Amino acid sequence: MIGEGIQSTNQRKHSYVRDHVEVGFFTDPSVCIGCKACEVACKEWNQVPDDGFIWSGNSYDNTGHLGASTWRHVMFLEQDRAKGNQIAGPMSLDEDPFRWVFLSDVCKHCEEAGCLEACPTGSIVRTEVGSVLVQNDVCNGCGYCVVSCPFGVIDRRPQPLPDAGGAFKCTFCYDRQKSGLVPACAKVCPTESIVFGRLDDLRVQGAKRVQQLQEAGYNDAQLYDPLETSVRGVHAFFLILGEPEAYGLPPKPQIPTIYLKSAWSSAFVTAVVSVIATLLAFAFFS
Amino acid sequence: MKTKSPSEKRLEELREQAWKDGVVTGRGVDVAGGPIPHKPGYYGQPVVKPPVWTWEVPLYFFMGGIAGMSAVIASAALIFHHVDLARAAMWLAFIAGAILSPVLLIMDLGRPYLFLNMLRVFKHRSPMSMGAWILSAFGGCAVPGLIALELHAHQIFSGPLDQLLRVAASIFIFGSAIFGTLLATYTGVLIGATAIPAWFLHRTLLPIHFGTAGLGSAAALLELLGYRIPALNFLGFYAAGVESALLIWLSVNKHGAADRAIHEHGSGWLIRIGELLNGPLALVLRLFGFIPFAAISFLVGALVSRFGWIAVGKVSACDPEAVFASQR
Repeated sequence: MIGEGIQSTNQRKHSYVRDHVEVGFFTDPSVCIGCKACEVACKEWNQVPDDGFIWSGNSYDNTGHLGASTWRHVMFLEQDRAKGNQIAGPMSLDEDPFRWVFLSDVCKHCEEAGCLEACPTGSIVRTEVGSVLVQNDVCNGCGYCVVSCPFGVIDRRPQPLPDAGGAFKCTFCYDRQKSGLVPACAKVCPTESIVFGRLDDLRVQGAKRVQQLQEAGYNDAQLYDPLETSVRGVHAFFLILGEPEAYGLPPKPQIPTIYLKSAWSSAFVTAVVSVIATLLAFAFFS
Repeated sequence: MKTKSPSEKRLEELREQAWKDGVVTGRGVDVAGGPIPHKPGYYGQPVVKPPVWTWEVPLYFFMGGIAGMSAVIASAALIFHHVDLARAAMWLAFIAGAILSPVLLIMDLGRPYLFLNMLRVFKHRSPMSMGAWILSAFGGCAVPGLIALELHAHQIFSGPLDQLLRVAASIFIFGSAIFGTLLATYTGVLIGATAIPAWFLHRTLLPIHFGTAGLGSAAALLELLGYRIPALNFLGFYAAGVESALLIWLSVNKHGAADRAIHEHGSGWLIRIGELLNGPLALVLRLFGFIPFAAISFLVGALVSRFGWIAVGKVSACDPEAVFASQR
């Protein structure tokens, strides 16, 4: 049966929520076949409305980008590079190197989350398993999380879609996890390109996979998990082939709260100087 | 046979058009992505999301600036015994800060009926949360301050009660001035501490710009209301001078592709027009003594540049190269 191969945690029941275990997604494009089952499963389980059928012309990707009504997004990269030791077929008269990479993008569930820090209603919370969750009934749609996410994931759902006006993003299927179930996208992934499990186990598995791929000639395989920036790592990390920029991933994402000190200092100085200027104006010119 | 599926409907539209006109004009698909995409990032898709805010937010920045700094002017006027000016300034603070600002802020919400959720929590690391509390505290001081000042000015009560009103008016108005300075400047922090490159790269400039534009706008509006006193003229000079300096700072402190939204596109023009109107033009007009024109120029500039900064945020967020450049 699918998913009963090597030590899969994708089909097993678990008690991570009860046990307060940090969980994560490890998404590996080297085995993704671009079937978009994750997108479909996510939409169906979470009852996410359709947000239009737009023919993009960008390879097989008509989803576009993550947003309020797109919580999984399969990217289709077309690059003029070889995939590992691949012998490129005749794309034209010459044998140009060519590779097609599929990667299922998702909310990163940052260790230090910009959206969570920015939320003025307390609608966005950290769950027992370390994921970042938007409580839809609390969100009043101020839109501040939208500009605070360094990955451009969360967005406000426009009219006339159901539940319009609130901010939405991947919930890490918190409802399923509470019942010991695996998130819908990981559950349906036929090649286990999306792996769900304990974060520490996944990090080990990811490192191993990078080594394995590099030995197999995939010289540009690396993990995308910004541990050194102020985001301090993510719960949904990726293996990528090539540079993060090609996947629309920021090379050095920062949580916007690091800018608070200088901005507030400037505000306080302006406040004090404005008061002094006003007092001087009235003292000397009246 | 008519079907309801959108793709089938599109095909039927094309068929009808071909039948009727003999020629079909379609938008087609964006072929710039293939066969090998040569757009920055992933098919040129935005890396960070543009702000969802519409006209209410820049107008709120403008109103909040006027309201907050009006309270500062009212306090100074009270200290130096310009009671009429203090009353006018407090009316401005009340109308702009206690009525228009909350209305604009609530209108901008995706779910306006849940606006009270803003006061569920107090998060000092969220400028949006701090802003909601600052605006509430400002309203909570400005409204009783104005009421007490008006009752005192019209001598409604006499004796110790009137004395008490005078003291209460001073305390509330000074309170509204303190929260007012924050109300006028926090908006710069609000957009400065975000993931949008053209905004966070100028996080030091933004509070200075918003605060000073607020002070200059409050003074300009009071001048237009007929309070042509030297103190307000001085504040007009001060604000226009600072704004001119900021215009120079902005054109010197460039970050290349990372903040090109400030210097290019329509958003760049909005910033430039706004800064010219409330900087050099207001300064020159005031130097030549055309005070009402200087005041109008400053007010228009302050308003345009607020819209400009929101437009900059939208352009900058949709520019993947700006995000990459800001992180290299």
